[in-house]
Amino acid sequence: MNSETITTAPCPECAAALQLPADLLAGEVLPCEDCGADLEVTSLTPLQIALAPEVEEDWGE
Amino acid sequence: MSDPLLFLHARLRVEEKLLLQALAARDLPFQTQDIRQLHLQVDGPSQVGASLVWDRSLSFGRALSAMRTFSAAGVICLNRPEVIATCGDKLQTHLALSQAGLPTPRTRVAFSAASALEACEELGWPVVIKPIVGSWGRLVSRLNDRDAAEAVFEHREMLGDWTHGSFYLQELVDKPGRDLRVFVIGGEPIAAIERRSEHWVTNTARGASTANRVLDEPLCQLAIAAADAVGGGQVAVDLVERRDGELLVLEVNHSMEFRNSIEVTGVDIPGRMVDDALSRIREGVAG
Repeated sequence: MNSETITTAPCPECAAALQLPADLLAGEVLPCEDCGADLEVTSLTPLQIALAPEVEEDWGE
Repeated sequence: MSDPLLFLHARLRVEEKLLLQALAARDLPFQTQDIRQLHLQVDGPSQVGASLVWDRSLSFGRALSAMRTFSAAGVICLNRPEVIATCGDKLQTHLALSQAGLPTPRTRVAFSAASALEACEELGWPVVIKPIVGSWGRLVSRLNDRDAAEAVFEHREMLGDWTHGSFYLQELVDKPGRDLRVFVIGGEPIAAIERRSEHWVTNTARGASTANRVLDEPLCQLAIAAADAVGGGQVAVDLVERRDGELLVLEVNHSMEFRNSIEVTGVDIPGRMVDDALSRIREGVAG
């Protein structure tokens, strides 16, 4: 996976600048390195990042 | 939806990213779909264009409803909704394994705190209680004695939702600090790992480490039989050994994680899964 940073976006929780990789995918989960929040990429165009939902009871492998 | 393969997902874990990379390396167009943004026509003619829908979404309930609807529309489902329904329910899995005559830990299901205590006394302490629907070791609890059981059962009755009204109780198998996972893809065991932990819960989601496990004949045969008992497809069979070496099947997973199993086994698990999916499209074979 290409980890080259192409852009930054603000963390929706703490507003820190997130370093986003070039191969970012919608649905991907990223941790904010500043506040530790789990974030989910909800859209690539336009780029939208939200707090990832809490794990639900029927989630799993 | 007109590409041959539709990849159904929710949150993209490492596993889904690896599968998408492997798919992209094959000469077959595919589409991805976030299940949370999906609605499907239930009545009337099918509007699904894909030949095969591959479910890799996280939620058991959503995946089951979606794949039932895709299956009714005549789409090849990987895994089939019947497999998801069985694997997502520990009791249903256990019944399928038992009906196939496969060895499993001694287990009871009870329907009240009082009857659960009776079942525990019959099983003998310690007892493990597991939610019938659940993963990653969540709410799996070891009950060392009657006092502990009474506390957990009261909490379940007071706090739990309706699914906690059934008490799935199992002997605590005296295992040698590890359990086993065999990846069975299209009826073929392709890799196996040991999951090792100092803790009695040997789940990688709970910090267990992994190591390669040689796929010997008894392990292969039992894994194949367990996968077949739940309906086949792409599954991971979890097993445990008693101290005397007897193998028992614990459960079968229908949307398994494998990120920690690729390097230790040296097997391209996502590549094998993708090849299996593509062969199903070519041959028109359901999961």
